[in-house]
Amino acid sequence: MTRYFTQDHEWVEVDGDTATVGITDYAQGQLGDIVFVEVPAEGTALAKGGEAAVVESVKAASDVYSPVSGTVTEGNPSLEDDPALVNTAPEGDGWFFKLTISDVGELDGLMDEAAYKAFCDTL
Amino acid sequence: MNAPNKSGWRPALNLDRRGGAGTATGNKALMLEEPLIFEIGTFETTGVDLPDVPDDFVGGANRLGGLARSTPIGLPGLSEPETVRHYTRLSRQNYAIDLGLFPLGSCTMKHNPRLNEKVARMPGFLDVHPLQPVDTVRGALEVINELAFWLIELTGMHGVAMTPKAGAHGELCGILCIRAALEAKGDAREVILVPESAHGTNPATAAFAGYRVENIPATSEGRVDLEALKARLGPDVAGVMITNPNTCGLFERDMKAISDAVHAVGGYVYCDGANFNAIVGRVRPGDLGVDAMHINLHKTFSTPHGGGGPGSGPVVLSEALSPYGPLPFTARRADGTVDLIEEENAGAEHPHTFGRMSAFHGQMGMFTRALAYILSHGADGLRQVSGDAVLNANYLLRSLDDVLDAPFGHSGPCMHEALFSDKEFAGGLSTLDLAKGMIDEGFHPMTMYFPLVVHGAMLVEPTETESKAGLDQLIVALRSLAERARAGDETLKNAPIHAPRRRLDETLAARKPVLAWSEPEVPGGPPTRSEQGGA
Repeated sequence: MTRYFTQDHEWVEVDGDTATVGITDYAQGQLGDIVFVEVPAEGTALAKGGEAAVVESVKAASDVYSPVSGTVTEGNPSLEDDPALVNTAPEGDGWFFKLTISDVGELDGLMDEAAYKAFCDTL
Repeated sequence: MNAPNKSGWRPALNLDRRGGAGTATGNKALMLEEPLIFEIGTFETTGVDLPDVPDDFVGGANRLGGLARSTPIGLPGLSEPETVRHYTRLSRQNYAIDLGLFPLGSCTMKHNPRLNEKVARMPGFLDVHPLQPVDTVRGALEVINELAFWLIELTGMHGVAMTPKAGAHGELCGILCIRAALEAKGDAREVILVPESAHGTNPATAAFAGYRVENIPATSEGRVDLEALKARLGPDVAGVMITNPNTCGLFERDMKAISDAVHAVGGYVYCDGANFNAIVGRVRPGDLGVDAMHINLHKTFSTPHGGGGPGSGPVVLSEALSPYGPLPFTARRADGTVDLIEEENAGAEHPHTFGRMSAFHGQMGMFTRALAYILSHGADGLRQVSGDAVLNANYLLRSLDDVLDAPFGHSGPCMHEALFSDKEFAGGLSTLDLAKGMIDEGFHPMTMYFPLVVHGAMLVEPTETESKAGLDQLIVALRSLAERARAGDETLKNAPIHAPRRRLDETLAARKPVLAWSEPEVPGGPPTRSEQGGA
């Protein structure tokens, strides 16, 4: 399994043609306490860079974009009752959705962990 | 009866102050603690003594038959003095523009002149009903028409839709005019461009009207990136929505160039006029190529808002969009009278209208106040309004920019509001901590975390109705708080410590909102309402 990152602070973990997407620890830190998450429904077709989910904190509401194109297989059902999971385990149990990737070639432009860390250091 | 809330949380009434050094009641001198209205009186009592319905009442006493209510409605039963005292006590714990400076950026919380109130309470304006025969409300129509004239005059536009109820409603009205104009040309378009420096309602409005929203980045100066905008323009762009002055408190200097570029590709320009207070009497949006702009009467023209009254958001329209404006509106007839144009008589006069924004004619009470404000200020007075609003904001900006980071301080003078960030705070202190500290210092906090383009944004709008002495007090408070935040003063995390309630748990409130009272179920606790009441 390989994990990639976007400049919009999403992470995507890839296992074959299946991907799990969430927002990074840096992103949850910037947003503050998360109070509401809306994840896409199973079967939703997502485009790379398109709006996929909504995350709302005490400070702001933000869109979460899909790092790759594909079809949603599952939205994280735990986030409806416990949005705080995004704060406590952003890159684990606080994942947003899983999808079947339609073009693995789209992963090429994404950052690996070291590159993402370097990117955050510039912010 | 209300459903029990999920969290079981209810407000703490500081009852732990009973006994000891506290008071038996929880009151502090004449600042009175106040329970919820459901906790006063009982459900079985009533403050109104209604006569029994006689059996020989038209159709008999029980005309509802099986539809008569069989269970109690669950409203608290209070006498009139109990009700009056409840709300008066609550109002004493509130903060309002009539109590002090209210620097809520983007909201223009300025003084509402009492002259406006006197005019709005004149019987001929106060007691009119929207369904009265037109012949009995010519004076009210005259006021609407007169105000419409001055709004057109002040903005250099061609027409105005008076009916939208507030800013976002006005935005929708303007975008629907743009949609109608494009559809009339058989030129349906899909995209509305919204720069990062626009109000958050702008993209929401465009999406609500069925458009796809695309963002245009801001420059490092905090203004619209003209080149990025031009690069995106094309035959699919219905229009742009630009807030001017923008949410960074800056005037969009390229407005005319933006309008020209948008018009060149057949699009329209919507201007969010919420910040018109900063330019009224000095700049006419019509001269900048704007096609539609809402005016918040409740901001620029000083009608009460923020719990003190409804908004009102007339939309001024260019010659190109005016034919599509909503019904009803007023028009002066050849005989000098002002008439109301509605569906019945719009016919040949206004055949292209897109419809209605509201059932009736708009916020009459706000119209009388706004017209009173305009006429009592005059042209010179309105020029001074914008001049003083900008002067006050710049006085704040330059009195604070050595202790608070001003991300666009290098972009020249600000307009009516000053923008700061939390960049130089230490010890994990945040914008929220400073804002809570302002409550202790006796001020309403500024707008926080907006605009989003600035980290930990603090948007401060003093308005023109504050004196220099008042601003100096605010500056003393803000400088002290900024110094504490820069020094990482831990005690600021506990603010407010002098307010009737300490820091509230905003996260819990958002995650598990308690929107309705429900009867507490405390095992072995005090008797519940139903037990108290008996039968």
